[in-house]
Amino acid sequence: MEVFERDKKYNEYLQSKIPKTKPWPSLFHAFWIGGLICLVGECIKDVLMYFFPEMSATDAGIWESVILIAIASILTGFGLYDRLGAYAGAGSIIPITGFSNSITSPALEFKREGVIFGLCAKMFTIAGPVIVSGLVACVLCGIIYLIF
Amino acid sequence: MKKIGKQTFIFEKYPYLIGSYSIVGPKEGKGNFAQYFDEVLKDDTYGQKSYEKAERKLFLTAVERAMGSCGLDRDQIDVLLGGDLMNQIISSNFTARQLQLPFLGLFGACSTMAESLIVGSMILDGGFANNVACVTGSHFSSAEKQFRYPLELGTQRPPTSQWTVTGAGCSILSTTKSSIRITHATIGKVVDWDVTDANNMGGAMAPACLETLSTFFQDTNTTPDDYDLILTGDLGKLGSEVLRDLLEYRGYKTSTNYADCGQMMFTNDQKVFQGGSGCGCIATVLNSYVVQRMRLGKLKNVIVVGTGALMSTVSSQQGDSIPGIAHLVVLKAEK
Repeated sequence: MEVFERDKKYNEYLQSKIPKTKPWPSLFHAFWIGGLICLVGECIKDVLMYFFPEMSATDAGIWESVILIAIASILTGFGLYDRLGAYAGAGSIIPITGFSNSITSPALEFKREGVIFGLCAKMFTIAGPVIVSGLVACVLCGIIYLIF
Repeated sequence: MKKIGKQTFIFEKYPYLIGSYSIVGPKEGKGNFAQYFDEVLKDDTYGQKSYEKAERKLFLTAVERAMGSCGLDRDQIDVLLGGDLMNQIISSNFTARQLQLPFLGLFGACSTMAESLIVGSMILDGGFANNVACVTGSHFSSAEKQFRYPLELGTQRPPTSQWTVTGAGCSILSTTKSSIRITHATIGKVVDWDVTDANNMGGAMAPACLETLSTFFQDTNTTPDDYDLILTGDLGKLGSEVLRDLLEYRGYKTSTNYADCGQMMFTNDQKVFQGGSGCGCIATVLNSYVVQRMRLGKLKNVIVVGTGALMSTVSSQQGDSIPGIAHLVVLKAEK
């Protein structure tokens, strides 16, 4: 019991010493970078629809995602996306570019362990949980839709 | 018996520290100890195909140059002691394969430098060898890969995080007389005060450091004031402040003679939050700054405490708390 008390006291003390992240600057960084990424996406879509007038808005949206994914992947390869992430936090993680970065970065990191067991197997170590959660959410939504 | 008190050992005659070498990466080379390191790399891959291979090459260079620093050949080294942070301590194993020396692999996480010095001192004072090489180190990129996230992942580091030092240090202990002698050692116990945050290693390891230091002071009947420098391994800024508080709570007041390698390794501009960590942190500072200052006679009586966090990614993911360990050696400058 005495040990438990000591540990509890120590952890409370430790919590009081831990430097806190300032929320407002972090929010501002995330807001403007996240917004900028979305703006770039919208620009890509507009340009696509200007050059290919026969393209539907849905198709243009899909191509926009593909292009953003490619750009983020290339930036990751050049070692730039992690710097953006360190500055913007959620601002660069939440958009689809963050998802691209989370797949490209382990692929780069583990490619030396071979194509199958390194690159392919480790590619989804970070994105995997997101995909699983997404699929589970889809199934749940589908069931709700079926019932009502 | 050469043991006094609860956990402290006295080395009566040997060992002497006769040779040392420190090699660090480019970032460490821009830090506070830049002028003291023997070698600073321009490229942290060290011309190798992977960071794991680069880490091995750091180890190899450290041992070979440390032998060179005291004019010893490979066949004059009786035992090689080493450890690192990689799974199954591959950096040390592969270095030992290359060097073809009798080898004992050690694991004490970031306390390995102190652990190897203790084991080496015991081998020498026991009369089993004439020269022992103690090597340890770490690499930022290989540690990140094993313990955290891929390097290129765009995440933010939490404010309690530390930066693994890229570097290796090697000390050659010997029965041959020199100006630095290891006089005492305290083998630490594993201490766990139920800290579970793997991003706050300093806070997790500080209690272990406290226990080892206070046991040492009790065993030897000394106080912090009796030493020129008390140097801990990689508690970082937060951890070293916590240790100061804990020591004061136990009645040991530390003044300017207490410092932490992790806290001092990098400058504030380098944005590493709580400072350096890893086996390489204390290994490089000990084998550069401390050894050089002692040889100049600027430091005479130094306590070196290696601090290690003994968890793995699996134990952390399963919700276990972080066990800490701290080993202590006392270095004395002799004429």
